Amino acid sequence: MSAAIAASPISPSNPVYRARRRTNFVLLTVSALALAFGLFWLVWILGTLLYEGGNALARAALYYQMTPPPGADGGLANAIGGSLVMVSVGTLIGTPVGILAGTFLAEYGRRGWLAAATRFLNDVLLSAPSIVIGLFVYSIYVAKVGHFSAWAGSLALALLVVPVVVRTTDDMLKLVPNSLREAAMALGCPAWKMITVVTYRAARTGILTGVLLAVARISGETAPLLFTALNNQFWSTNLNAPMANLPVVIFQFAMSPYEDWHRLAWGGAALITLAVLVLNILARALFRKSD
Amino acid sequence: MDTSSAAVASRPAIQTAARDSARTQAAPLAELKAKLRIKGLNFYYGGFHALKNVSLDIPERKVTAFIGPSGCGKSTLLRTFNRMYSLYPEQRAEGEILMDGENLVTTRKDVSLIRAKIGMVFQKPTPFPMSIYDNIAFGVRLFENLSRREMDDRVEWALGRAALWSEVKDKLGQSGQSLSGGQQQRLCIARGIAIKPEVLLLDEPCSALDPISTAKVEELIHELKNDYTVVIVTHNMQQAARVSDFTAYMYLGELIEYDVTDTIFIKPKKAATEDYITGRFG
Amino acid sequence: MRAATLNGADSEALKPGADEAPGPRRLRSAPWKDVAFEWTTRLFAILVFSLLAGILLTLLVGSQLTLEKYGFSFIWSEDWDPVQEQFGALVPIFGTLVTSAIAMIVGVPVSFGIALFLTELSPAWLKRPLGTAIELLAAIPSIIYGMWGLFVFAPLFQTHVQPHVINALSGIPLAGALFKGPPIGIGMMTAGLILSIMVIPFITAVMRDVFELAPAMLKESAYGLGATTWEVVWRVVLPYTKVGVIGGVMLGLGRALGETMAVTFVIGNAHQLAASLMAPGNSIASALANEFTEAVGDVYFSALIELGLILFLITTIVLGLSKLLLMQLAKGEGKRT
Repeated sequence: MSAAIAASPISPSNPVYRARRRTNFVLLTVSALALAFGLFWLVWILGTLLYEGGNALARAALYYQMTPPPGADGGLANAIGGSLVMVSVGTLIGTPVGILAGTFLAEYGRRGWLAAATRFLNDVLLSAPSIVIGLFVYSIYVAKVGHFSAWAGSLALALLVVPVVVRTTDDMLKLVPNSLREAAMALGCPAWKMITVVTYRAARTGILTGVLLAVARISGETAPLLFTALNNQFWSTNLNAPMANLPVVIFQFAMSPYEDWHRLAWGGAALITLAVLVLNILARALFRKSD
Repeated sequence: MDTSSAAVASRPAIQTAARDSARTQAAPLAELKAKLRIKGLNFYYGGFHALKNVSLDIPERKVTAFIGPSGCGKSTLLRTFNRMYSLYPEQRAEGEILMDGENLVTTRKDVSLIRAKIGMVFQKPTPFPMSIYDNIAFGVRLFENLSRREMDDRVEWALGRAALWSEVKDKLGQSGQSLSGGQQQRLCIARGIAIKPEVLLLDEPCSALDPISTAKVEELIHELKNDYTVVIVTHNMQQAARVSDFTAYMYLGELIEYDVTDTIFIKPKKAATEDYITGRFG
Repeated sequence: MRAATLNGADSEALKPGADEAPGPRRLRSAPWKDVAFEWTTRLFAILVFSLLAGILLTLLVGSQLTLEKYGFSFIWSEDWDPVQEQFGALVPIFGTLVTSAIAMIVGVPVSFGIALFLTELSPAWLKRPLGTAIELLAAIPSIIYGMWGLFVFAPLFQTHVQPHVINALSGIPLAGALFKGPPIGIGMMTAGLILSIMVIPFITAVMRDVFELAPAMLKESAYGLGATTWEVVWRVVLPYTKVGVIGGVMLGLGRALGETMAVTFVIGNAHQLAASLMAPGNSIASALANEFTEAVGDVYFSALIELGLILFLITTIVLGLSKLLLMQLAKGEGKRT
């Protein structure tokens, strides 16, 4: 039974081999088709968005007129303004919470159960349904004060920002080499200063990337705003009252039977998508530059 | 360059990269048939020229060792033989590697057929995530449609040749990953033998093993050479001296000296070789 | 992390030692700033830690009325009558599960195919742009999918696809019942398909990351025996990474279950339990989105919040399991997922 290579099955005419080759070819083709399938929807959806929303975006009135009643002319100014306000406030609230919690996980959480458990629960929170977050904020805040408000909306958005920022801060701080920390300590730097001045600075691009991604995520979120900030027909700067915002306006207008509302909804959708894509690309470019 | 295979393959010769004067020491090798004939092989990782005009003949049914310091290109050279570099777009080879008259570098044949004829065992044991039986059967099923009885026989044969049968015959259904390191490596060797290749490439097969497992594998190599052409890369000179019939010393991508193992280790012809052998540098 | 300060940098914390020579002083106790900082970060970590529990608690409290009124029968009751104040979760739960199932059945094989392409077939110059395209797709807000589904997909589905499918399958016993009914474009099938498109980039990204954890040496061993690309992926890489793949799929499932906007636009908002997938229905998230702001009466509210509680429990369990599986694979590779 030694190497009798003469009648070797390792030959191009072997039927077993040929069948395998065919299977391989077929399945790899299917895989390429799957890719084409995925890209097809992407192109179609983005194309539709551009086409339908492009016209609305080009009209300057979109940006300075308020949301109109059906039949009347108008724009999305109050919705844009409201979204900007709530996204900003939500980010301002959520980011420090996220960074500090993430700092704990990375810097003080090497031993002990709290860090490991928090990390686990945070990741679950990251993918939790955002409508439940809306319900949560409704129950603990809106129901208690008796009215919808931009504060509630911002709070809901903040709760979506926190897990993203916690995760990226934790990951980025962990990447900072220990030698940097030790060098700072060896100079006599107190621990808190070492973390805030040295480690944060070293990880700042990564943390900023995380914040940008969080902003991108909450810019498009509708569900958490549905029962917190509600909506407002007019321009409002009162954070203690319902405030207009793009996602809810889009939802309302798109589900309605009115053509001009549909057009505005497409415009709003295109605007949000543009903002989200730009933020994502920015975040990636920033991160890649830091390598 | 397709020469008439039968005539050329039966004409024995050794060539070294350096133009040495005619070597009278070639006599023992003169009777040997070359399984792989490498001529003017150049290899590139992107822009980096990793193998420089390497030429040598690997004799059939003998053990040939490649030695040299880290980065000298011995693993790179080994991996050209089974076209493993084809998996990576930035790696390319130029030149000739003739096996049975066919140039493996430029052949139009399906690469997987080449790889089935030239088996490879890696530095770390790589058992597939399946049972011991299936690990062996995996390769066989690629080319043969054996009945259950025939497959059982083949598995037993392969594991026997790899000196592993007695240790695993009662647990063939267990995962390959449940074995010890040395056993896993012998499993990988058995897996490679099961498809009855013509050449066996061993890339530092003992580097992750303890001394006892290493000894077992070395013993195995000694037996395997009766049926297979074995090429082994090792950074352990003593292992090369123990195990191989012929040794090639490489440095920075060039083949410095290639000769009968005893010659290389006892009376090398080049000062560079001697420096390495005597440990003047690592 | 205690630090000894030199040169009295934190002078408040310095305590003079009676028998110490003049010069750099050592601290007897930890500087208060360090402790304060550590505890501040710990506080916020505890906050995050308690968030999940806090949400659970709040939902439990909010749904107390219906919890007491119905107990477990809430889950299998088909009622939904705000006027009579009779509620049951079966229809929304059914819709949630069905749309997510459709999304998984369509989405997982497609994602697998794309991930295979990205890791084994794609030429080098294509890998990065494709990977970025997938990640950008995953970032598109779900309301876009919903709108596109309603205005573009549903009408086309209604005129060009549904009639043919319904006719073709009408005779066949089981399949016919699943695809019965007038072609209205929207419905659970449409919602499931839109959801699958939404979920594909996400699962693809996770699968690709997981596939890349397979060691090159393992793949080369398989190629080295003469295996084809498909065989290497299907018989070696996939079994090796299967725990991570399952974790990734469950992550996608968790997202699909909780998705609101992509589903609400096209599911039809009908509180009816139909066997046909073409029929309109409701999911928990879409019921909440459509009805919460209109709800009147404590019982109605409590029912809706209990729906939210059920959704929260389902997704938390699925996501928790997925995380455990992903951690298990990563541990074997010494990497973080």
